[in-house]
Amino acid sequence: MENLNGYLIVSAILFSIGTIGVLTRKNAIVIFMCVELMLNAVNLTFVALSRHLGNLDGQVFVFFVMTVAAAEAAVGLALMIAFYNNRETIDVTDMNSLKW
Amino acid sequence: MFDNVWLIPLFPLIGFLINGLFGKKIKNETVIGGIGAFAVLCSFVVSCMTILRLLSLPIEERLAEVKVFTWITSGNFNADIAFLVDPLSCVMIMVVTGVGFLIHLYSIGYMHGEEGFYRFFAYLNLFMFSMLLLVLGNNLLLMFVGWEGVGLCSYLLIGYYFHKKSAGDAGKKAFVMNRVGDFGFLLGGFALFWYLGASHNVWTIQFTEIAKNSHLLPTGGIVTVITLCFFLGATGKSAQIPLYTWLPDAMEGPTPVSALIHAATMVTAGVYMIARMNFLFIRSPETLMVVAVIGACTALFAATIGTAQYDIKRVLAYSTVSQLGYMFLAMGAGAFAAGIFHLMTHAFFKACLFLGSGAVIHSMHEALHHAHSHDDPQDMRNMGGLKSKMPLTFMTFLLATIAIAGIPGFSGFFSKDEILWQAFSNQHHGSLNYLLWGMGAIAAGLTAFYMFRLVFMTFYGESRITPKAKDHLHESPMIIVFPLLVLAALSVIGGYIGMPKIIGDALGGIPNYFEHYLEPVFRYSEEYLSQHSQHTALHPSHAVEWGLMGLSVLIALAGITVAFTMYVKNRELPSRFTATFPALHRAVYNKWYIDELYDFAIVNPVKAAGRFLWKGFDVVIVDGAVNGVANIVMAFAGVIRYLQSGFIYNYAWTMAFGVVVILGYYLFK
Repeated sequence: MENLNGYLIVSAILFSIGTIGVLTRKNAIVIFMCVELMLNAVNLTFVALSRHLGNLDGQVFVFFVMTVAAAEAAVGLALMIAFYNNRETIDVTDMNSLKW
Repeated sequence: MFDNVWLIPLFPLIGFLINGLFGKKIKNETVIGGIGAFAVLCSFVVSCMTILRLLSLPIEERLAEVKVFTWITSGNFNADIAFLVDPLSCVMIMVVTGVGFLIHLYSIGYMHGEEGFYRFFAYLNLFMFSMLLLVLGNNLLLMFVGWEGVGLCSYLLIGYYFHKKSAGDAGKKAFVMNRVGDFGFLLGGFALFWYLGASHNVWTIQFTEIAKNSHLLPTGGIVTVITLCFFLGATGKSAQIPLYTWLPDAMEGPTPVSALIHAATMVTAGVYMIARMNFLFIRSPETLMVVAVIGACTALFAATIGTAQYDIKRVLAYSTVSQLGYMFLAMGAGAFAAGIFHLMTHAFFKACLFLGSGAVIHSMHEALHHAHSHDDPQDMRNMGGLKSKMPLTFMTFLLATIAIAGIPGFSGFFSKDEILWQAFSNQHHGSLNYLLWGMGAIAAGLTAFYMFRLVFMTFYGESRITPKAKDHLHESPMIIVFPLLVLAALSVIGGYIGMPKIIGDALGGIPNYFEHYLEPVFRYSEEYLSQHSQHTALHPSHAVEWGLMGLSVLIALAGITVAFTMYVKNRELPSRFTATFPALHRAVYNKWYIDELYDFAIVNPVKAAGRFLWKGFDVVIVDGAVNGVANIVMAFAGVIRYLQSGFIYNYAWTMAFGVVVILGYYLFK
């Protein structure tokens, strides 16, 4: 349990990479992958803390996050295909018709 | 005992449903008219059975209530669908279904070929249903349902020719004026229910229960308020001053409607209502006086207007208003039986007169149509000389006219004379009686005058239409003439069941069957009077009664003579008269400008108030508030909507920034 900090630091690095990716990239698939990265960073925190505290709740929660992430992947990719069929691009700067 | 009494209103309801739902598909006029008339005939047969059974009972047992089902129960309030069978309601159902059936028959002939034939019969049956509910209902609420139902049918049938603006307007006028009266009826009902309940713990709206507990009610006071409210309802429905102006306009409806609704049945509902609640009205001398004075004034006032009208139906309409005034005069004199008797005889002769005028109009209309003339078929100035062309119609019309004029031996004489005598000799109004009698007698003279003026202008003299049109004048078909014959016969003989006592005595002790028959209904009033009578009843001698009777007959004969002189012997007299008194004639011809007065005093101010509330209040304040709120929201949104840039990274940055701020707040607070 000495290296809990190590897990948490790795997790924080992963989360930051994901966040920066979401905020800066324009390719929808890359953004999507960055979101997955953030989710998994959180999963890592869950598992590490669960182990550290000796409480299984965190590990159970990870399964839920993975399930939701899988569902999200299905929906998100379907949306992108639908968008590509219409516009022949998946650049998020082109997805701007819903505005003032 | 009277288990099948609920069938009486049911038959017309079935007729209404069949004709109303499927009439448009049936198309065949014989079937539609047959269903309508047959439904009423069935009701008439059941009514006859009911009254025969009632007559077979001993007098004190002639009261039955037939409960069909419980309608409303809420706390202390209870209302049933239940029917009251007593001598009064039996008279009413006989008149309504009997005269109603004849008028249905007549309508089959009269309405032949009209657009919406099925609609007419559906409404007519719905009217019969409502009217029977009104007279049979054993509680105030059921009576009110019928009361509103007949008002609705009246509106629908006045506006039957709805493509004519005048007909639509007349329907609306009738409906609105009736609503004013209905408002009074409702307030009276509420006040009565509440007073009996709150002060005496008698929570009821049943007529029999109220009658049994009527000894709890005080004399005057709250009872005056209640009865005046009810009387307001009666003035609306029965076209009395001040709410009478709708009835002459109601003549826009087809003539059978005028005969059935606006002469024989619906307009007498107010009289019936007062008779039904006689135990209340007798407890308020003030209300009785108001009823008597309004009745006498209406009788006289409407009769004066009737003398100068040229539209044949309008003359009859004012005559109806005037005769209803007589009935209220009787009610106000506490002579309830006499009023109901006049209601019955009036139903016979006035239905006959209206149907006769309908036959005349029908014939005139066809004749003028053939001659391509656009003259008004209802204007008596275009008629004349119809006696030889329509002998049967003329004969029945003449008999009914004699009856309404009050010539001895005919039904109108017995009922009208009884009312005048009661107005003179009743114990309620002291010396006001002489005035009431005088007004009634003058109105009787005017009645004789305008009715014979109508007969002379219509049936006597030379025809005033083109010879080409004249050849097309003809007697009506049998289905129209038959009801006329029956009603004329009833106008002649209908009076003998209610001969005034003095005549009966002179003829060897024939009792007044009608008054005797109605006695149980007015039992509570009689009891009250025998206990509380403050004034000693006037007991004028027989000589006075005979004298007054002779006087009223003389007045009637004088009216006929004047009409004969002016419209048969010396026909330039009317025009000379109008030339001498142009202002008077113009005022009477224009109905004393009462409609104009109402327009000026009530209709226009209400319209102006409505216009102010619309333009001033609704548009500026209500709409202003709603639109103002919307405008403020829109102005605000107009600024902040630019936050929705449409770029995902804008949203993502905002979200990230927001998360940082919130986390920072919790970490460093």
